[in-house]
Amino acid sequence: MAGRTAGTVPAGLAGGASVRRRRNAELRLKVYGVTAILVAGLALFSLLGSVLYQASGAVTESYITIPVTLESDRIDPDGTGDPNVILRGSFGTLTKNALKSLFPDVTARSARRELYDIISVGAPFELAELVASDPGLVGQTIDFRFLASDVADLYLKGSFGEMTEIETRGLVSVFTHDGNAVISSSVNDFAGLVTEVKNLLLEDAKRLRVQAARQNNAVRVFERRMASAVGNEELAEAERKKNAAVAKRDGLVRDAEELEARANAVLGAEQLDRDNRSVFLRAGDGWLKITEIDATHAEGKIIVAPSIDLENSPDWSLYITDLPEAARKVSDTQIVAIEELKASGAVESVFNWRFFSSGDSREPELAGIWGAVVGSFWTMLVTFLLAFPVGVAAAIYLEEFAPRNHFTDLIEVNINNLAAVPSIIFGLLGLSVFLGVFGVPRSAPLAGGIVLALMTLPTIIIAGRAAIKAVPPSIRDAALGVGASKMQATFHHVLPLAMPGILTGTIIGMAQALGETAPLIMVGMVAFIVDVPGGITDSASVLPVQVFRWSDFPERAFEAKTGATIVVLMIFLMAMNILAIILRRRFERRW
Amino acid sequence: MTSVLLAFVAVVALAAFVISRQRALVLVDGNGALLHSRPAYHGLHSLIWVLIVGMASVIVLTVVPGLIIDSTLMARIAVSLPDEPTIAHELVLSDAKAIAASRLASKTDELRYAISADYSRMASFWGWVRAALVIGGTAAAALLTLRVVRASARARNRFETIVRVLLACMATIAILTTVGIVLSLIFETLSFFEKIGWRIDKFLFGTTWSPLSGVHTGHLDADKVGAIPLFAGTLMITLIAMLVAVPIGLFAAIYLSDFADRRVRGFVKPMLEILAGIPTVVYGFFAAITVAPFLRGAGESIGLSVASESALVAGVVMGIMIIPFISSLSDDVINAVPQSLRDGSYGLGATKAETIRLVVLPAALPGIVSAALLGFSRAVGETMIVVMAAGQGANLTANPLEAVTTVTVQIVMLITGDTEAETAAGPAFTLGFTLFCVTLLMNVAAQRLVRRYRELYE
Repeated sequence: MAGRTAGTVPAGLAGGASVRRRRNAELRLKVYGVTAILVAGLALFSLLGSVLYQASGAVTESYITIPVTLESDRIDPDGTGDPNVILRGSFGTLTKNALKSLFPDVTARSARRELYDIISVGAPFELAELVASDPGLVGQTIDFRFLASDVADLYLKGSFGEMTEIETRGLVSVFTHDGNAVISSSVNDFAGLVTEVKNLLLEDAKRLRVQAARQNNAVRVFERRMASAVGNEELAEAERKKNAAVAKRDGLVRDAEELEARANAVLGAEQLDRDNRSVFLRAGDGWLKITEIDATHAEGKIIVAPSIDLENSPDWSLYITDLPEAARKVSDTQIVAIEELKASGAVESVFNWRFFSSGDSREPELAGIWGAVVGSFWTMLVTFLLAFPVGVAAAIYLEEFAPRNHFTDLIEVNINNLAAVPSIIFGLLGLSVFLGVFGVPRSAPLAGGIVLALMTLPTIIIAGRAAIKAVPPSIRDAALGVGASKMQATFHHVLPLAMPGILTGTIIGMAQALGETAPLIMVGMVAFIVDVPGGITDSASVLPVQVFRWSDFPERAFEAKTGATIVVLMIFLMAMNILAIILRRRFERRW
Repeated sequence: MTSVLLAFVAVVALAAFVISRQRALVLVDGNGALLHSRPAYHGLHSLIWVLIVGMASVIVLTVVPGLIIDSTLMARIAVSLPDEPTIAHELVLSDAKAIAASRLASKTDELRYAISADYSRMASFWGWVRAALVIGGTAAAALLTLRVVRASARARNRFETIVRVLLACMATIAILTTVGIVLSLIFETLSFFEKIGWRIDKFLFGTTWSPLSGVHTGHLDADKVGAIPLFAGTLMITLIAMLVAVPIGLFAAIYLSDFADRRVRGFVKPMLEILAGIPTVVYGFFAAITVAPFLRGAGESIGLSVASESALVAGVVMGIMIIPFISSLSDDVINAVPQSLRDGSYGLGATKAETIRLVVLPAALPGIVSAALLGFSRAVGETMIVVMAAGQGANLTANPLEAVTTVTVQIVMLITGDTEAETAAGPAFTLGFTLFCVTLLMNVAAQRLVRRYRELYE
């Protein structure tokens, strides 16, 4: 080493240029270091930021209060007043009727279904429970707070964009017939929209042309491949691919041209379809959805009928959504319904206690983490009860009693290697040995706890040994000197002094176990479990597995729930780590 | 039932403790000085024997009869339904158990009722046997230990010997775990290799991975169990991760150990620890929800098509996960380089950067390499990030923008998939065994390096 260093020490130490170069090298290394730290910090920041951002969507939940008539013949036709009979009543139909009577003009079947979907499928059950607890309500009309569905909730939180008002100057006339409406404005209020629609067409055409250009590149690549092909088979393959690319390119160019022609036409009405941003028109107390426009006229569909036909009325406004209907989960009918309800003050948003108190569900708005929290608790309990005594015992034995021989060496090597075995392997062990041979129930905290205990064991043993080793020999010698046995010296004097260190290690190991997912998936803890587990042999889920399962669900509202679950998990982890730090600070002695 | 028995054992143990202790005191008329061991040790001696006998008999008599009952009933079902596969037999058995516990069974028929009657008969028989043996065993242990209470009895020595043996048993659990891992993996691996006609070469070097494609016909196709696409995918993601983690981790460690002042260290070290403490499933969520769309968008804006489950996404996020690992291990080894080497270099007029580049890093190299090896082995065995962010289809490609799959992803898919456990376990455990061997080799190599490095400076 010394020789190498001596050989590479710069020769011209006195030279000004050389010194500057060496200073720059120093600066460069510093910059690399700071950059590395900044990158790591940025990664941490964006990770936490994105989790918190997702979680913010789950802080509140929305309720829609609407009057519902509790018809006795749909709930309790015989007038028994028996809660069990009432619970079986058709509250779903009552809920639908309540919505139907608020929006009588929504008549198409698909639109009706969309309308019903603004209220959670779980809400009628809550209504049923309310009525069952107070049978006197049967026959009355009450204002009930229905839980909004995930789609309605997301719309209210702005996840699908907002509605923006377009300025209008003219007077409007609306003529309705048969669910449709013809609208005309006294000035060209719709001209802006027409331009926008045409611009959109041009944009689409541009995108198609870019795609066509890419296909054209592909065509060239395949042509080159054809030229350099050896063998008929390769040639045929390349030609087939080339032809496919040519067909695709030509199709794209054709579509683009068509769109451009439409956009450049001066006259003519433009259709608004699902790929255009939706345009709504409020006229008096009615809501229309625009389907076709030119500069001064429009045609539309009635969602809420205005109570009178309007002629040259100033009482109207025009709205446009941020996203086209095809690009959002919430339909136009739902938007109008929600906006109407919001305007009438029926919508409220409250803190999401449900998330902390309910179990898992396929419906995002009903899903909560209580089941997973309890499952995590049982699993951690099993892990602790197994890993802590065994780990401490092993640490004591290896540090205080074990003779120095090959067997002890073997144990040590084993412990070090176990600490580095991938967690999924522990899962396979649990699957084949504990589930397969010992018959531990699948998906149960017992199975998960055993596997996690085996994983945590090396951490506890290593930390325990370090803590025991840190107790000075004088303590042992003093105890032995006044006549204590080796066992007494260890258990009465060394162990209590080493305990803070052992506990710190244990808590850190438990924190790792709490965040562990893969081995639990192997022992079947990914099942869909609605009930809150009551013991260590019930089927259960745990927090990290809940994160994994929810992140896999297609419903967008689960993203927020996943984020919130992560936040809860991280709070637990942070609390455990802070506890470990406090333990270390307060009780760990330096000898 | 089990909890009642366990409670019984605990009560008897406590009673034995109290009685033995009392008896020891009575024997010497309350004059403790006449006893060889203090009264509490007589009590503890009884207590520990009762606990050992009681616990062991509860565990053994719970596990063993279960196995006996299952194998007897499975044999009986096999006689009734000789043509059906084992999985159907297992279904019958679990249905019969459900009927016996008056839960919902998937199907009810004559056979199931007969088996369920057999099951309840055997279960209740063994239940009584268990209760009798546990009660008898604990009572016997309590009485026998009570009889040896004498003034001259060496109760403390006996008790301490037992404790010592128990401690040693606990220490061997580490070995048992390793043995259990190796045995369970080897067993399934061998039976899998047998099923593909011992064509281990096809597994190690084949390029088509679709192990369950021939399952409905009941045999595994040796041409479709080539794990090369999985190995390649794992390697690619791991290499990307190392490309992210090693430079960042190493430069961060160098800066922290030789340039940063206390204040910066006090801020950056906890930050890296937080990064290390984040569960991998959270990294997976981050990869799938944030990084994947970001890289996709970034790729699109420069005209590259990035698959939403590309190797790049999984690799980068895994790299972030490994950063604290590399940096803390490198920090340790860089700090362990003796100050005298640095001082020597400064004395010759070298700058800090030169000292690090020419003295510290070469001296710490074995440690850094071992840190990288450990990081590599962690990345290879990492599961959740790739399950959530990498692809699922076996795809042999060298393009990091495409979706690739990894060994761990395939294990998870096979185990959690719809295919019956017995068939899917073969390839899954074989992959697990391969993974175990690779990570073990790397860890051993890393430990060797570190040990040699330590010897150099101690």
